[in-house]
Amino acid sequence: MPGPDVDASIRGARRDGIAVGLATAAYGISFGALSVASGLDVWQTCFLSLVMFTGGSQFALVGVIGAGGVAAGGSAIAAAALLGVRNVVYGMRMRPVVGEHGLAHRIAAAWLTIDESTAVALAQANERAARVGFWVTGLAIFIGWNLTTLAGALIGDALGDTRAYGLDAAAAAAFLGLLWPRLKRVQAGATAVLAAVVATVATPVLTPGLPVLVAAAVALVVGWFDLFRRREAAR
Amino acid sequence: MTVWHVILLATAATLALKLAGHLVPASFLERERPARIADLLTVALLAALIAVQTLAVGQTLVVDARVPALVVAAALYAVRTPFIVVVAAAALVAAGIRYVA
Repeated sequence: MPGPDVDASIRGARRDGIAVGLATAAYGISFGALSVASGLDVWQTCFLSLVMFTGGSQFALVGVIGAGGVAAGGSAIAAAALLGVRNVVYGMRMRPVVGEHGLAHRIAAAWLTIDESTAVALAQANERAARVGFWVTGLAIFIGWNLTTLAGALIGDALGDTRAYGLDAAAAAAFLGLLWPRLKRVQAGATAVLAAVVATVATPVLTPGLPVLVAAAVALVVGWFDLFRRREAAR
Repeated sequence: MTVWHVILLATAATLALKLAGHLVPASFLERERPARIADLLTVALLAALIAVQTLAVGQTLVVDARVPALVVAAALYAVRTPFIVVVAAAALVAAGIRYVA
């Protein structure tokens, strides 16, 4: 029997989930518009939000295709997959939270495993609130993200020549928005700067798409040797 | 390869990764080093995408209206402006500069 504290924490989790869901759904407009600007059609754009349903990978896929076309398809797939690697970690953390209720339940939970649903679940005080937080956040974002993706794609379609509207700059700003909350630690900041430099230097010598993948090596090196930790500890 | 092939393969890969965390009984990524690399991988890829999206036109490096747009975006994020407002502001700055030029 849940006590009054547990009831209150579950209501809190539900509130958190819906608030985060509404805020995140707004990103869908920019994804939809940018995707169409990159050369995908409205169907392809909506398919990504429905089935892939992980913002970072979706933005990366359309970003690389926008820069290099279908010729950069291999790099686009690799960039999307590499950005999806963190979902493995999230899935392992969410597995005990969502519980064991058969295969369909697990697949649904995996589908909704993203940055926000994991973050809301981990922020809750008890197990039941974490479960409610996970599902409410995941479902709220799933519904909102797909509706706004469609709206954004239709807007992008109607705009036509997107470069004149500055949508290429909007894409960079969108990536920066996804990166910003991750820059709190020195190690992350140093990784970001090095990766940006590597990608820039590699741009003239490699075909479009590949510079982004080469920059991923920065994460491997910094992460493996745990570099840039001392200054952080000194604070 | 068509755009649909790219989309289907990338979607299969990202869905497989999501399922892996929930289905495969692996404790590998719970260890500190792999978890840290997975985290930094996200940071490195996003930063690289920003650089390429801001400076590259094909294989050429170009400084144009996208650079001031990104600077404005960074300043707005620093004062906690909502994502959608920043993205729209960046588009406006780039479009405005191109219109004037």
